[in-house]
Parts: sequence; structure tokens; C-alpha cells
Amino acid sequence: MSQLAIILARVLQAIPTIFGIVVVTFLLTRALPGDPAAYFAGASATPESIAEIRARLGLDQPLPLQFVDYVRDLASGDLGQSISTGQPVATELLRRLPASLELTLFALLLSVGVAVPLGVLAAVRQDSWIDQLCRFVVTAGVSLPTFFTGLLLVYVFYFLLGWAPAPLGRLDMLHIPPPQVTGFLVIDGLIAREWGTAWSAFKQLLLPGITLALFTLAPIARMTRAAMLQALASEYLRTARAAGLSSGRVLMVYAFRNAMLPVVTTLGMVFSFTLGANVLVEKVFAWPGIGSFAIEALVVSDYAAVQGFVLSMAVLFVLLNLAIDTLYTLIDPRVRIEG
Amino acid sequence: MTDATYTPQLAAGAKRSSAWSRGFAHFRYVMTSNPVTFIAFVLLAGMIVIALFGPMLVPHDPLATLADKALKPPSREHWFGTDQLGRDVFSRVIVATRLDLLISVSAVALSFFVGAAMGACAGYWGGWFDKLSGRLLDTIMAFPLFVLAMGIVAAAGNTIQNIVIATAIINLPFYARVARAEVSIRRNAGYVQAARLSGNSELRILIWKILPNTLPPMMVQLSLNMGWAILNAAGLSFIGLGVRPPTAEWGIMVAEGANYIVSGEWWLALFPGAALMLAVFTFNLLGDGLRDLVDPQRRT
Repeated sequence: MSQLAIILARVLQAIPTIFGIVVVTFLLTRALPGDPAAYFAGASATPESIAEIRARLGLDQPLPLQFVDYVRDLASGDLGQSISTGQPVATELLRRLPASLELTLFALLLSVGVAVPLGVLAAVRQDSWIDQLCRFVVTAGVSLPTFFTGLLLVYVFYFLLGWAPAPLGRLDMLHIPPPQVTGFLVIDGLIAREWGTAWSAFKQLLLPGITLALFTLAPIARMTRAAMLQALASEYLRTARAAGLSSGRVLMVYAFRNAMLPVVTTLGMVFSFTLGANVLVEKVFAWPGIGSFAIEALVVSDYAAVQGFVLSMAVLFVLLNLAIDTLYTLIDPRVRIEG
Repeated sequence: MTDATYTPQLAAGAKRSSAWSRGFAHFRYVMTSNPVTFIAFVLLAGMIVIALFGPMLVPHDPLATLADKALKPPSREHWFGTDQLGRDVFSRVIVATRLDLLISVSAVALSFFVGAAMGACAGYWGGWFDKLSGRLLDTIMAFPLFVLAMGIVAAAGNTIQNIVIATAIINLPFYARVARAEVSIRRNAGYVQAARLSGNSELRILIWKILPNTLPPMMVQLSLNMGWAILNAAGLSFIGLGVRPPTAEWGIMVAEGANYIVSGEWWLALFPGAALMLAVFTFNLLGDGLRDLVDPQRRT
């Protein structure tokens, strides 16, 4: 099978998953204890007004019909109305998405950039100090609550050392946001040639990014080390060495490339953790992303907003997994031979 | 003559005691060869003692507020300082142990039993139930798990009970998958066929012959999962779900302390956070140690 066919097949596989996600979010909103109509009508509602709201929301219909309505709304991009802001949920989420994406992607870049070399070095120099460091980072990383690491970093780098800016959002008051191109303030600042703004946005991004990266560092480093050790002990590597290839080439081309496959697979699980941890980090750093929006919505029981958040995060997760599997197909040497 | 009649009994007794002592020797070997595991066991024992007797031992009432003593740094009188309402942080951290362990233990126990039953049936009988449960688990795993837990708690209502249920649901796939894999590789093992031939019912075989053999890997999963369950539950209460103030709970204490960290009152958030970290750390170390105990081949 060619790479393209594999990728296409993988895209098709995502469809039942997305259907499952839609069913679950639908069930979360509808098949629950309590009457959503009574809830939407408020405390001072009369039976008539509740009945009216029930009819307006379509809650008097049988469940399968309600589901069809729900899917139709979703297909037209309608996630319902947010009670707390009065805006459509989809608009609210889209407006905040760049902030969350900027943070998440920056953190992932950072943690892959540190964890992969760390894991490789730990495997190559097994039982050296760098292996011990890797082991320590891995054990500490899985035990640290993200919100706690974030607070510790704020205390040390903002309060004690004064290096970091106050943990209050994406940009300090002195700068006005650059014209939106990508929605990522650092990149937009660079595009608009407002170096001060870009630098300020970067400084704001640094601490939350490190917090999130510390959290994702552990699984990636552990997986890289294990995969690299396995690759180093393999027979094809012994053959490559015996054939007299230089040690750098053996290491970087043959061992590293094969070791990356299981690492790319773990990235899917890492994304799951990252998107969850994102919510906590956004709360600690008052980061105006969709996680903060969801927490605000939770506090005031803004139903539609929370469901829209859960749905969009799940879809984002499916898309990320899809991207990972595509990447996997592209870097897997076996696929190339077959194709 | 008398010797001959006593010998089998003696031999049986000796065999049993040697199995015990072998088990104990192995336990001692794992403990002494890996002092970290030993430390983890001691920490766990300490945590259980604190959870059971903590509320009786604390020097101050965890809910008593003293307005004139608000936000005092750690001192001889208040080891971990006092919070914004003058409550003793040390007492609150100690008292919270019980609630935090209770939430995570009940969540993990719930998903352990449901997951084991689900995975065992799916792995033993296969068929439509296997397909259905597989689909269900895939759908759960299609969500970022913490986000799904948030959604469940938001929809089902903001109570501690729902925190437990949500944490149990997001942990379900891990147990069900281990149970399914372990049961399905054993369903046609020699001893299972022997049991079937001697007339045991299928359910009896599954419960009494196969499930006990799947327990070791399940226990390891349990311990490794426990730390993660604590983190999740604390994360949920950190964002204001489940536990309500003034209840003492690590997640919510860190959340309350977070507002004071920018002005330098570090002890409010540090101590409950450190307690949380220690608990998670203990369970993670314990999981690694249990894995060594159960499966010498996977020794790290």
C-alpha cells in the first residue's frame, strides 16, 4: 500500500471515533438526571415557561430526534449559546483557541526538544550521570502536579528573582496586541515588526510553557530512552556496525530513526495529558485560552459552554492523533520499502 | 512404620512453609536490593496511619479561624504557617490526607472492579460484548481524559461523589484492557481445559481459575494508576469542582494558596502541594516495586 492510501485509510478510521465523541457529548447534555429546561428557565420559572423552553430546545421530542437536531446544529457550527457571555459558544471558543494552541504547541516543542536528546543520551551513555538525570526527571515529572509546578515557578522566578513578568495573561498592559495574522502573539509581533511586543509576549509565554513542558517531558524521555536502548541492542545495528559504518551514522540514521517510531506513538497519549494539563496551567497563569473559558463556565454552570469545550477538545485530540499517525507513516522506513 | 505415616504430612507442611518463606525471602530480597521500594512501603504505611488517625493527632482544629493570626509564616506554634483565615496549615494538610486518599481509593477501586469484570467477560467470551465494550473504551480514550472528567462532573453535578465516578470512568480503559488481555491469553490454557472437562461451569472457571491468575498484573496497574488518580482528583478540585471550602483537601488548598503566591506567602500552597506530590510519588515508586515483586523479568 502506498503511503497516501494508508493515510487515507487512517482518516476514514477517524470518522467512527468522531461519531462516538458526538454521541457521548450529546448524552452528557441530554440523558442526565435533572431537567435542563427547568435549569435554563431559572429559579423563578413557572410550569408554563418551563414547558415553553422545553419545546423551544426540542426537549419534548424523543431522544433519537433530539440527536438528529444536535448533529444538524453541530454540522452548521452551532454549539449553542453561552449563558455567561451571551455569545455563541463556537465564537467564544474560536476567539480563545489561538492562545491555547500557542501555549500547547510551544510547550510540546520545548519538551520534545529537551526530552528526545535527553533520552537518546541516556540510552547511549547508560548508567552515566545523564542517565541518572533522565531517571530523576522521569520519576519527578510524573509525580508533580502541573498546577503545583506552575506555582513554584511563579514564586521563584517572579516573586523571588523578579525575572519573569506577573502571571497575568499573554501580554502586559504596556503593549497593545499586534494585528492578528496567526493568532500567536509572538509570531504576530514578529510579523508586524513590533519587537518589543513580541519579546513581551514571549516572556509571558515562557513560564506557562515550561510548566506544561515539564509535565510532558517525562513520558517522552522515558519512551525515547527505552526505544533507543532497544534499537541499540538490535541485530540490524550490529550489522551496520560490522559493515564499518561510522558510529555517528549508525547512531543518528539507523538507531535514532527506528527509535523514533514508538516515541511518535506515545505522543498521542502525551497530547491527551497535555490538553488536560493545559486547563490547569491556564488557570494558574490567568492565560486567556479555552481552558480558562471552560473553568469560568464551570463555576457559573454554563452548560453549553462546557459541552462545547469538551467536544472541541476531543475533536482537537482526534485531529492531533491523525496528524501523528500521518507522521508515523511518513517516517516509518518499512512503509517506504513496501511502497 | 510411624515415620512412614507421618512423612507425607510433614512433607506437605514443610512445602507450605517453604513456599511462604520463599515468598517472604523474595519480598525481603526485593526490599533490600531496592531500598527505594522499601521507602515507598514505609511512606505508604505512614500515609495510611495519618489517614486513619490524623484528625485525632493534629495540634489545631483544621476549621478554626483566627483573624488576628492570618497569613503567618511557619513558626514553632504553626509548623506550616497559617492561611488567609488564620487556620493552621499543618493541621489542614494532615486532615486532608483522609479525604484525598478516600476519593482516589474509591475511584480506583470502582474502576478496578468494573474494568476487571468488563475486560474479563470481553476476553473470555468475546463476541458482541467484546466488540461493544471495545468501542466504548475506544470512545472514552478518544477524549483527553482530564477534559472528559471535567465534562462528566459539570454535567452530573458538582459533588465529591461525581468526582469519584468521573475519575473511575476515565481510568476504566486501563483496567479493562489489562484484564481482557490477561484473560484472553488464558482462556484455553491447560488448567482451564482440565477444569472445563471436570465439569466446572464457565462462570466458575472464569472467577475461580482465571481471575486469580490475572491479579498480579492488575495489582501493578492499580498501584501505577493510583498516583494518576490522585493527581486527577486534585486537579478537578483545583479548578473548583467537587470539594467545597472550607473542607480541607490538597487540591483546593493549593488553589486557595495560589492567590497568595504572587505576594510571597508561599507556605499556603507549598505544603499541601508537597503532600500531594509525596502521595503520588509513593504510589509511583510502589508500582515500580510491585512490578519487580510480581514479575522479575521486567525488573528495571
